[in-house]
Amino acid sequence: MFKVLLNLKRAGVVGINRRNANYILRYNERSLYPLVDDKLRTKRLAIAAGIAVPELYGVIEIEHDIGHLTGIVNSHKDFVVKPAHGSGGNGIYVIIGQINNRYQHNNGSLLTKEDLEYHIANILSGMYSLGGQPDHALIEYRVKFDPIFESISYRGVPDIRTVVFRGIPVASMVRLPTRMSDGKANLHQGAVGAGIDLATGLTTHAVWQNHPVEQHPDTGANIGNFKIPHWDKLLILASQCYELVGLGYLGVDVVLDRELGPLVLELNARPGLSIQIANGKGMQKRLKYIDQLAEIPASAQERASLAQDLCVRL
Amino acid sequence: MRQLHLLLLVIILCAAGLGLAIYKVTTLGLPLTTSEKAEVWNVEARISFRAKPETSVKVSLPLLFNPSGYTILDEDFVAANYGLAIEQDENARTALWAKRRAEGKQLLFYRAILYKDTEKTIDSVKAPIYPPIPNYPENFRPIIQGLLDKARQQSADTVSFAQQVIKQLNAASPAPELKLLLEHIHHSRNLAKGINWILAGARIPTRIIQGLRLEDGKLYSELESWIQVYDGKQWRTLNIKDGKEGLPSNFILWQIGDQKTFSVDGGSEVSLQFSVAKTLRELVDIAESRAVLKGSHLMEFSLYSLPVQSQNVYKILLMVPLGAFVVVLMRNLIGIKTFGTFMPVLIALALRETELAWGLLLFCLIVGLGLLLRAYVDRLKLLLIPRLASVLTMVVLLMASISVIMHKLGLEMGLSVALFPMVIMTMTIERMSLTWDEAGPAEAFKQGAGSLLVATIGYLVMNIDALQHLLFVFPELLLVVLAAILLFGRYSGYRLTELWRFRALAKR
Repeated sequence: MFKVLLNLKRAGVVGINRRNANYILRYNERSLYPLVDDKLRTKRLAIAAGIAVPELYGVIEIEHDIGHLTGIVNSHKDFVVKPAHGSGGNGIYVIIGQINNRYQHNNGSLLTKEDLEYHIANILSGMYSLGGQPDHALIEYRVKFDPIFESISYRGVPDIRTVVFRGIPVASMVRLPTRMSDGKANLHQGAVGAGIDLATGLTTHAVWQNHPVEQHPDTGANIGNFKIPHWDKLLILASQCYELVGLGYLGVDVVLDRELGPLVLELNARPGLSIQIANGKGMQKRLKYIDQLAEIPASAQERASLAQDLCVRL
Repeated sequence: MRQLHLLLLVIILCAAGLGLAIYKVTTLGLPLTTSEKAEVWNVEARISFRAKPETSVKVSLPLLFNPSGYTILDEDFVAANYGLAIEQDENARTALWAKRRAEGKQLLFYRAILYKDTEKTIDSVKAPIYPPIPNYPENFRPIIQGLLDKARQQSADTVSFAQQVIKQLNAASPAPELKLLLEHIHHSRNLAKGINWILAGARIPTRIIQGLRLEDGKLYSELESWIQVYDGKQWRTLNIKDGKEGLPSNFILWQIGDQKTFSVDGGSEVSLQFSVAKTLRELVDIAESRAVLKGSHLMEFSLYSLPVQSQNVYKILLMVPLGAFVVVLMRNLIGIKTFGTFMPVLIALALRETELAWGLLLFCLIVGLGLLLRAYVDRLKLLLIPRLASVLTMVVLLMASISVIMHKLGLEMGLSVALFPMVIMTMTIERMSLTWDEAGPAEAFKQGAGSLLVATIGYLVMNIDALQHLLFVFPELLLVVLAAILLFGRYSGYRLTELWRFRALAKR
């Protein structure tokens, strides 16, 4: 056990205590949390700053407005319903089409109008929010993911999580939904995580359920050495999110839309540490280096290239 | 900088907490372990007499005076309608009771409670004046001179000289020439005084001390006298019967000298009786009394000053921070997942009332049944708050029915189920079922088991009697607990479970 501890230390793996004590508590001001915890606010900030996000079709804020649902989704065949304060991908319904007055859920089931309305009522009552606070439901554009991911994801949108420290990307991974994760892109729910080399945008190696894997467990396609499209643009986008909300230690979730390119899906003030497992590499060295920088480059572009530089060096 | 600040704070808190506790242990003698009892001695002087009619009554009784090696924890005087005055000089204390009219049999009591002190008080010795040679009666003068001369030949110093004198006076077959002298001494019934008187003939400073031996259940009709001889530096105590030096360890000094005597004016059939009894008293009580004697106000502000009921509440409340500390260790050092941060502490508090095994069983029973009912309610698609309220209602009903059923079965432990915090149970059921839906039954059980494990450890820690006692008597030790919690607040090392989680990374 002691050997494991030493090895982890040597590998520069950051534990939860260190993340919380040294990075989140020091760099993430509490007052800024609502900016990322409320996806509606994040979205509005991003739109104001000209950062690409999935288009917002409508917001349902109170029980009474649930009746507006049909009006909002009338002109859109497919859409996504999500809680503004949700976490871990919970409470998100992806509707991929409408048939016979039923909504097609991406898990294959058909939902009646009442089913969907009940789900929204649940969202409003705070079922998916932290501490059960009353919540809003967002109805937004359903990302049509880049077909390039077709072979390595199962019913769901792969997203790319980047941890950005003081505006400089530190580590990145693509999270691929599986049958087990029920289309969600969370590693602990069974999604595959594949680390991305910041310098090249190539996936390095992948883990599923804490074990290294070579192929996607459902599609069987090779995951390694996969080139993420629009990589440089994506990295700059992630760096830009630092200015957007001002959080020093930030998780940026980006999806790649087939037409719109990288879109910022959500931001996270307490990004998890599994990204280290997906990359097969600890973040400590890079975090420490950036922590000790007296000054960080002002432009997102410079920060993104610094990140690529660091990736080679550390 | 921040680290230094924290470190200083921790050191200050530890120093304050431990310092106060050490002060209370060493100076006030508060016990470190639970319900420690110590021997205390009850010494009682009982005066009885028949009052003479139509005269005023005056009673004087020498009191216990500065018994070295003992503290007088408490003293009381019991006498019906007597006026009481206490006189004190450097050698003795006297109680003076007075009453203008009294009738029939009178009873007066003086009671003192003594506690053996650990610290010895060393009296400063003032050199006494060398006494003048008493004016012995003509017929005794040669006898005493002879006695003293003989003793001088057989002795080396003042003490052995006095011992020789005492031995000769107490000899089984005294020298024939001493007969007259002994008769004279016995006539006065005061051997100590006689020795004093004879030793003065050699100009040796002596004094009489009086006191009692503390032996459980003993009755004495008078105080025991010893003689003290000044050897030029200090007073040496000699037995007046055999001249052996040294006081028995259980001897308590009543008064120095024999000038103050027991007397009753206006009474007949006078009797005085001293009785000694040993009892056990809580050390805490003793410490309290001693604190008052020492003029320390610390004990006045202790938790012991609260009504007993609140004391019992605080006995439990003071353990809660320890439970919280267990949670800190379990979560931040070990990395066990629990439902809610302090839910395990509340469960642990409930376990105190129900016993461990029963408590866990009942808890699992209620949460299990609650989960089943929750699953049913879930089909009705209720809104969050009404759903929580309905689960709460069902939890209360469950608790009531479990109590009734177990009571009918003769299992009285079932009654204690009412002590579980039902709101906490409801939230546990809700959280567990949400976790079940979102992360699967495995995760739900993992967190449930984690909660129970932490609750059990919390219970075991919070139920250590010694700790309970320690925190109640020394609540300042919570500052030390606080310091430890603060230190963990900056702990940035791995959690034990992370060694497992990141094990793949450790292999490279």
